[in-house]
Amino acid sequence: MPAKGVTTDVIQAPDQELTAASAVLAAHVTRTFRGRRGEVAALADVSLRIETGEIVAVVGPSGCGKTTLLELICGLQRPDAGTITAIPAALMPQRDLLLPWLTAIDNAALALRVRGAGKAQARAGAQPWFERFGLAGFERAHPHELSGGMRQRVSFLRSLLAGKPLLALDEPFGALDAITRAEMQVWLAHVLETEGRTVLLVTHDVEEAVVLADRVVVMSPRPGRIIIELAIELPRPRSRTDPALVELRARALSALGAPA
Amino acid sequence: MRRALAPAVVVLALLGAWELYVDLGGVTSLVLPAPHTVASALYQDRATLWSNFLVTAQEIVFGIATGVAAALAMAVLIHFSATARRAVYPLLIASQTVPIPILAPLLVFWLGFGIAPKLVVIALVSFFPLVVCTLGGLETVDRDLLKLMRTFDAGRATTFRHVELPWALPGLFTGAKLAAVFSVIGAVFAEQAGATGGLGYLLGILPGQLEFPEAYAAVAILSGFAIALFVALAAIERRALPWAYQLTGESDQ
Repeated sequence: MPAKGVTTDVIQAPDQELTAASAVLAAHVTRTFRGRRGEVAALADVSLRIETGEIVAVVGPSGCGKTTLLELICGLQRPDAGTITAIPAALMPQRDLLLPWLTAIDNAALALRVRGAGKAQARAGAQPWFERFGLAGFERAHPHELSGGMRQRVSFLRSLLAGKPLLALDEPFGALDAITRAEMQVWLAHVLETEGRTVLLVTHDVEEAVVLADRVVVMSPRPGRIIIELAIELPRPRSRTDPALVELRARALSALGAPA
Repeated sequence: MRRALAPAVVVLALLGAWELYVDLGGVTSLVLPAPHTVASALYQDRATLWSNFLVTAQEIVFGIATGVAAALAMAVLIHFSATARRAVYPLLIASQTVPIPILAPLLVFWLGFGIAPKLVVIALVSFFPLVVCTLGGLETVDRDLLKLMRTFDAGRATTFRHVELPWALPGLFTGAKLAAVFSVIGAVFAEQAGATGGLGYLLGILPGQLEFPEAYAAVAILSGFAIALFVALAAIERRALPWAYQLTGESDQ
């Protein structure tokens, strides 16, 4: 259902079964919350398909049900109507939520500990990643001793080490300043290229979505619906000033109703 | 040293006012002894006071330890079971309104004149602040953190061990600091119901013998011990949970 005269890249609602290639299949999902002031519709008839290995970004204004969609896909909520099938997902929350009593490496290794690994074994599992993520030397630092960007990298690593095929990132850099955020986006693009996971990235930052994703899903204000889907078929690494990227960003913004 | 200055000034001013009040005949020194007679009683009867202090101190330390163990078990039970919460919480509150002087004789009847009834009384008065503060800690764990743990396939016990329990420890310490103060009063009442020693036992017999200076000396020792316990617990907390202090000092750089 094309909205506001946008006709491009609308993908048909997936009514078929989850195939081997699909990581996520959401069909006609509706979610309503009952609050003190009556019912609030968070999502209305949302259908979405994510292929294995694909990086999909969901963008939309605050309160459009992005996080609800993410939690549905993670199995943390159930839809009121419609169906969702998804491969196992690990969540990376918006705030880093590192445990203040653990060192950086013990925070990163939390999922390994949860799965029953001993302390030393879990640390050994996380150690090689500290080199790769530019965190070497900070293994024994506590969260309050790390910069915002480092904390976010440890938080990402913690979710990565859960070993789930799908990574669900909820506004991962929303709390960072603009410069750090841009650095982290470049860093994440590089990591995702080498990791080959399926990624669902929820963000309100259109540029972040266009720089990182294979496909951008634009959602309307509450109740959240999918307005358009944009395929970002640009080579990586991507430049923010690439005219093609700038144009895609403008299309996403105009779909959101933002002034040009 | 400079941090001790303010409380020292306040205490000295209060002692001075008290001394003047008694010396100028505001009250008969039979009922309210002047600070200098209390001080001299403290010195002259130091052997008696010390041996009785050891009895009470032992009761308080073991009583709080018993209270911590029982309160932790109760907090975990209430945290994990909504039914237990509904069933037990009202009783928990009601149990705190039963005056200890009413309860203590029954405990002496059941448990004798030894340390056991004192431990029960002290554990009882420590119990409530410990349970409430620990539960407070358990309930303020970040919801998003619990969601994260669920996507890591962590069960309730695993989440409790790795996230909720450490999170609640500062609350447990807050409860213990409150309990340290309440337990001193609890020990006094417990000893007065039936004991063969302890500062509370002394306080039960001294006023009858008109030994008010020595009674006030015993009270001074009890107050000093409560302050010492509080300070010791705060010091242990600072060492054991340094992260709880760093959190409050955190800035966004």
